[in-house]
Parts: sequence; C-alpha cells; structure tokens
Amino acid sequence: MSQTTPHDPHLAHHFPDAGTQFEAGKLGMWIFLATEILLFGGLFCAYAVYRANHPEIFIYAHQFLDKVLGGINTAVLIVSSLTMAWAVRAAQLGHQRALVRLLAATIALGFVFLGIKYVEYEHKWKEGLLPGKRFTHQAAAPPAAAAPADPDPAPVAAAGDSSVIAPAARGPAGLASPSTASQEKAHKVPRNVQIFFGIYFSMTGLHAIHVIAGMITLLWILRRAARGEFGPRYFTPVDLAGLYWHLVDLIWIYLFPLLYLIH
Amino acid sequence: MPGHTPAHSSPAAHAHVVPAPVLLAVWAALMALTVITVAATWVDLGRLNLVLALGIATVKAALVLLYFMHMRYDRPFNAIVFIGALAFVALFIFFALMDTAAYRPEMIPDYAPAMKGQ
Repeated sequence: MSQTTPHDPHLAHHFPDAGTQFEAGKLGMWIFLATEILLFGGLFCAYAVYRANHPEIFIYAHQFLDKVLGGINTAVLIVSSLTMAWAVRAAQLGHQRALVRLLAATIALGFVFLGIKYVEYEHKWKEGLLPGKRFTHQAAAPPAAAAPADPDPAPVAAAGDSSVIAPAARGPAGLASPSTASQEKAHKVPRNVQIFFGIYFSMTGLHAIHVIAGMITLLWILRRAARGEFGPRYFTPVDLAGLYWHLVDLIWIYLFPLLYLIH
Repeated sequence: MPGHTPAHSSPAAHAHVVPAPVLLAVWAALMALTVITVAATWVDLGRLNLVLALGIATVKAALVLLYFMHMRYDRPFNAIVFIGALAFVALFIFFALMDTAAYRPEMIPDYAPAMKGQ
C-alpha cells in the first residue's frame, strides 16, 4: 500500500484505493435505483388497484394504444440497452473509439424512442384520449361503434358523494348493470375511460422524463469519453450512467405488457 | 484484498468484463421474449394471460439485471438493496389490493363512479 505510485487523478482523497471508490459509487447508484423503484411503485400500485376494480376500463381503453409502435419502442430500448452494456465493456477494455460510438448510438436510440412516443402522444391528443376533464373522445371510431346509447341510467347518487351512499341507494344502475354488462363487456363503452389515460400518461410520462434524464447524462458521459477520460483504470461514470439507462429499460419492460398488451 | 493487486487496486480488478457473446445472447433472448409476449396476446388464456405477460417481463428484467447491469458479478449487497426495494413495492401493492378487495362488495360491477367536475 505504501508504494510511491503517481497519484491517481480520479481517486478522491477520502478513499483508500480506486477499487473502494468504485464499489462505493456503485452502491450509491444502486440505492438511488432502489428509490426510483419506489417512485414508480406508487404508479404501479395505482395501476393495480384500478385494474383490479375496473378491468373493463382497461380492456376497452387499451385498444386505443398502438401495439406495433409500442413493440417497436420496446425493441428500440432493448437494442439501446445492448449498446449501453457494450459501451461499458468498451470502457473497461479501453476501446476508445468503440466507447464513443456506442454511447452515441445509445443516445440516438433514445431519440428514436422519444420520437415514436411523440407520434403516439400526438395521436391521443388529437383524438381527445386524455386524462380527467380533458378526455373528450367520442366513442365512434373503435369497435364500440354500435354500442347502445346507455344501458344503465345515471345513478341517483350525486357524483361527489358516492362513498357515503350505500350501493342499494344508487337505484336502477346497480340493479340493471350485472346482466347487461356480462354480455356486452366487449362492446359496451365503459364509464370513466379517462382513468386509464390518466394512468397511461402518468406512467409513460414519468418514464419518458427518465429517458430524457438518461440521455442528458449520457451526453455528458459522451463528451467526457470523447476527451479520452475513460479507460480500464477509470470507467465508473460510464458504468453508473449505464445502470441508470438499464433501469429505464427495466421499467419499460413492465409498462409495455401492462399498458399495451391487456387481454 | 489490497494485498492482491499491486499498489492500486483498480476498478478493473473488481469489475467483471461481460464477454461479448453473453451480451449478444442476452439481447437475442430479450428480443425473442418480446415477440413471445406480443404473440401470447393472440391466444385467450383467461387470467393466465396476465400471469404469462408478467412472468415473461420478469424473466426479461432478470436478464437485464443479471447481465447488462452486472448483478451476477457484483457484490451481493447491491442486489440486496435493489431486491429489497422490489420486495417493499410488492408488499405495498399486495396490501393495497387486499384493502381494495375488502371494499369490492360495495361496488357495482362494471360501473366506476363519476368523478367530480364531470
């Protein structure tokens, strides 16, 4: 430990050696990723509760999502994860040019992902498939075109105080729906479809923000890599940015089947 | 540990370089599983569709974690931190679902109460 080797410029003075510094950085990143999981966990919980209570909304509304575009975006993110993992490998092995190219490719794939996401969002915006009050879609285009006007009349209860009124008090709605609903499940336009789009935009929106954050981080890493800062002796920033990028892929791996592939 | 490496223990001494064929194999498996999960929606398996979709997603996530994120070669403590967070999210969702299921008898089937301002 006491050899007179030249001081490693990347080694912070409070770490005994570069290995310890590397492991400390990694642990810090994993703890941060754990908090990201908890952040998204809240949205996954909202998804689970609403889907458990109102499966018909999810079955109906997911038809407005484009499976092909969603699938392409899944592939784009998986390829970007490969280029990212390969970039870490290139940094570890000191392959300078490959590192720069692979980082650039990863960022480019991030742009492709966001571009496709923009096409999807724009379509929903035009169709009025938006959360809450902004949901203005008139059920005409999708398979529900021939749905009857409204099989169950409006509830007796006022909109806001549903929680204080027992189900029986809601009158005809509660009595009429079970028989008709089971038969027309696929055709009927369910109420409150905007709930699905609230969840859809929250989850994919937060994910897209993470993609943008990952791209900004990778741009910074790319600039440093182009200056030749990384190599077998020091690649921690590439590794940690890579972990963040893979987490973004990881979350999409769950979002894609949960939002686009509802059966 | 410092005794093993001369003077500096460089990160290279700790970090594992994932072989290129492993990276490519993991990528190919992820792509294949994506195709399978899309194809699975063409078959009606009832409740199993959701189980299958989540199962495939979990296999994909495990591949990304183990190989792309180096968890397999990493110190186990990092994995404990991350999987701990996943476990708490699972607990959170489980209890939320139990809670909402307790109120289900009061709900009207296929009917979501209108929200304020509608």
